[in-house]
Amino acid sequence: MRSVFPATLKGLAAGLARGDFTSVDLTQHYLARIAALDPRLNSFISVYPERALAAAAGADAARARGANGPLLGIPYANKDIFCAAGTRTSCASRMLDSFIAPYDATVVERLTAAGMVMSGKTNMDEFAMGSSNETSYYGPTRNPWNLDCVPGGSSGGSAAAVAARLAPAATGTDTGGSIRLPAAFCGISGIKPTYGRVSRYGMIAFASSLDQGGPMALSAEDLALMLNAMCGFDGRDSTSAPRADEDFTRELDAPLRGLRIGLPREFFDAALDPAVGSCLEQALAVLRRLGAECREISLASTAYAIPAYYILSSAECSSNLSRYDGVRFGHRCADPANLEDLYTRSRAEGFGAEVKRRILVGTYALSAGYYAAYYAKAQRLRRLIKEDFQAAFADVDLIAGPTAPSVAFRLGQKAADPVQMYLSDIYTTAVNLAGLPAASIPAGFVNELPVGLQLIGNYFSEAKVLNVAHRFQGETDWHQHTPSWIGST
Amino acid sequence: MQWEPVIGLEIHVQLATVSKIFSGASTKYGTAPNTQACAIDLGLPGVLPVVNARAIEMAILFGLAINARIASSSVFARKNYFYPDLPKGYQISQYEHPIVADGYLDLPRADGSLKRISIRRAHLEEDAGKSVHDLFPGATGVDLNRAGTPLLEVVSEPDLATALEAVQYMRAIHTLVRFIGICDGNMQEGSFRCDANVSVRPVGSEALGTRAEIKNLNSFRFIERAINYEIERQTELLENGRNVVQETRLYDPDRDETRSMRNKEDAHDYRYFPDPDLLPIRINTDEINAARARLPELPASRRIRYVSEFGLSEEDADSLSGERTVCEYFEALAQACGDPTQAANWVVGELFAAVRREGIDFSAVRVGPAALAQLLLRIRGRTISNTTAKLLFKVMWNGWDGTVDELIAGSDLQQVSDTDEISKLIAAVIADSPQQVAQYRAGKEKIFGYFVGQVMRRSGGKADPQQLNVLLKSALSVRDN
Repeated sequence: MRSVFPATLKGLAAGLARGDFTSVDLTQHYLARIAALDPRLNSFISVYPERALAAAAGADAARARGANGPLLGIPYANKDIFCAAGTRTSCASRMLDSFIAPYDATVVERLTAAGMVMSGKTNMDEFAMGSSNETSYYGPTRNPWNLDCVPGGSSGGSAAAVAARLAPAATGTDTGGSIRLPAAFCGISGIKPTYGRVSRYGMIAFASSLDQGGPMALSAEDLALMLNAMCGFDGRDSTSAPRADEDFTRELDAPLRGLRIGLPREFFDAALDPAVGSCLEQALAVLRRLGAECREISLASTAYAIPAYYILSSAECSSNLSRYDGVRFGHRCADPANLEDLYTRSRAEGFGAEVKRRILVGTYALSAGYYAAYYAKAQRLRRLIKEDFQAAFADVDLIAGPTAPSVAFRLGQKAADPVQMYLSDIYTTAVNLAGLPAASIPAGFVNELPVGLQLIGNYFSEAKVLNVAHRFQGETDWHQHTPSWIGST
Repeated sequence: MQWEPVIGLEIHVQLATVSKIFSGASTKYGTAPNTQACAIDLGLPGVLPVVNARAIEMAILFGLAINARIASSSVFARKNYFYPDLPKGYQISQYEHPIVADGYLDLPRADGSLKRISIRRAHLEEDAGKSVHDLFPGATGVDLNRAGTPLLEVVSEPDLATALEAVQYMRAIHTLVRFIGICDGNMQEGSFRCDANVSVRPVGSEALGTRAEIKNLNSFRFIERAINYEIERQTELLENGRNVVQETRLYDPDRDETRSMRNKEDAHDYRYFPDPDLLPIRINTDEINAARARLPELPASRRIRYVSEFGLSEEDADSLSGERTVCEYFEALAQACGDPTQAANWVVGELFAAVRREGIDFSAVRVGPAALAQLLLRIRGRTISNTTAKLLFKVMWNGWDGTVDELIAGSDLQQVSDTDEISKLIAAVIADSPQQVAQYRAGKEKIFGYFVGQVMRRSGGKADPQQLNVLLKSALSVRDN
């Protein structure tokens, strides 16, 4: 394939501004790559060529009238959890296979306003419940680095699409690691912003108190550009943070001299693959060379993050998914005999095994007589975890560690053992419970599979997190590697 | 054994907001099915609730009106259950932390003393939609226009001892919520309805008996009948040595009985938990003070004042204090005419009659208190009689746009208080009615009214009634020998 297009949002914006190519050229290029390569990856659930080309032509026309902007006319892939008016928004569930969203999510509205062109909707774990993209009704997405491996989940379709250069950037959502884990497994950059930064309106809920949308791209700088467009107070989301808009690119080049980085003892434990550990050691050495000082810290309560996370997220999902009852939209069973039958069969047929498991766990945890032992206790743990992080941030500016205990595992390897699967998120869920911002960026390879470095910041310190990530990427080229079979862009 | 009933009410007050509690859709009643259900009311994937600030203000106002505690932080919780007209599969309500707690209302007893009814809590919640069972053969229709309509659920302690007392309490809440303008009180449209918890126990016992909950009572008459039926049913069970089952029952007004709907075994486990889509409602002292400043003087206080300060009868005080437009009218009229008793008589008499006759709301009366005060002052100044004033009131009601004095002058209705003229008319009537004069003089004093009527008619209604009385008495007592 032709190799005239730069890889990053930054590069594409410059090319569009110079007139090296048009948005229509660019959109056609990515649509062609999707058509050629995605049959092997299965990273998209739906592709919208006509809609995308029309939007691209609109962007070109706007540019001809003098409009400009860092994202104008650049295609992106949208996780199939964000409603986009007139498109199927399935959440990778049979339940919503027939659901055409009648409205735009705030994130979609904002990216459209910034001039971005949505090429299609990406594959994911069903209702974002999963760490491998294997729970999708539309079949698993494959990891571009090794097609026998999982891309991570739940935003695995977005991560694989960006890693295979089927889109220069994508949206993701992160409830317990769903942006960071696939970013790590696919060797791209992703950031989960502070809870409340990105509006959840139109983003189909999994666990409302934990869900947070964010960008996935090829560099920290691109994350900053896309985050600029995605963030902002939204009166339609009561949990949206009432803060002024900021420019996340403003501190990208700031020096790291004197930066205090905390390394949680609990993140470098026996669960961590030693080969991944040594990649991280080298990454930390890069940061030290840039002037940062690393010190060991303790986040003792994070040992309880996984159980607390699975109780709380399952409790919320059991309620959030009650609306899928076959009455108003979504899957309805054929010829229901009565109301009970309508409910039972519609839900039995519409939901996959993992979603059912979580609904059952959540329903149990909220039941009379069990609420105190499970839900209330998990809320207390959540508070302790938050307090641990707050205590740590009294002494450090940033926390660094692995995104995942290992590199991408093989398809089917953990599918039969939910607890093993849940442990993939051992270093990510605590961040969601605390509501903090965290990024995952490429930091090396083990067995030709990417390793992710996780950078966790204090509340609303995305600019700092991206600054460290950007400086790291200035010294390394892990984020520029591409799987050999996908060809150059 | 003697039994006594113990009754508590859960009253659902539909708040009179323009839009729904968590969406911008209209709350208007009676529109075509599903025309007022937006994406949020439909529970579409991805939508989120945003609380209506007016609903919170109204809950605060109610809390202040019942002397309750307004929670500085209260929490919306999800009540989870499946039903076709419950779009999200949960109702957003309040559970552990209601916005209003520990209030009370004092009900006047027949002997003038007060009975205090404690109100445990009042919490905000959204209404569900409606299932329509009779429109489509073999299927149920769902109308979600009502889904998301704001409700304030007012939960009393089991302080009510009789069905009548329950009705009196419910009427008092009904009056109160309309008075402070948070509910239109329309019971036919379901804006005001209640569930009654009823149990009986041996007189003197402290422990509560097993209760039954009677659902969805939407008229004062039904409440009274349903509770009385339920008391009788439970008493009979207990007297026959049987037990009352804890259950939910439905009142059937056609058969005048309650029927079991579901019992404790199949009661729902609602799995309440704090709604993660909504932040706790924080209310600070400033907001409470601002609401307090907006709170009008309430019916109970006005009723007492009308008796003690204005010397009105209990009955008049009661009928003048229940509605905000009425008491504001009455107080303005009393002040302008300077005679509260006269003002009360006119409001309770002429104005209420006119409003009833035309079937309009009191707020739509067509004679303002200032104009009416002019008329009342002319009665007291003896320019016109009370009878004449009532005629003139009708003219004013039908659209007189001049002053009262112009009306009196133009109508030639000034009262005749000229003694000679009245005496002449009396003489003529006496001359024309020898039979009646004889009867009167024979002791049939009731016939006096006949003479008054005759003279009044011949004066065209203008004779001063007091003078007429005196002159007629003396004329009739003089025997013409």
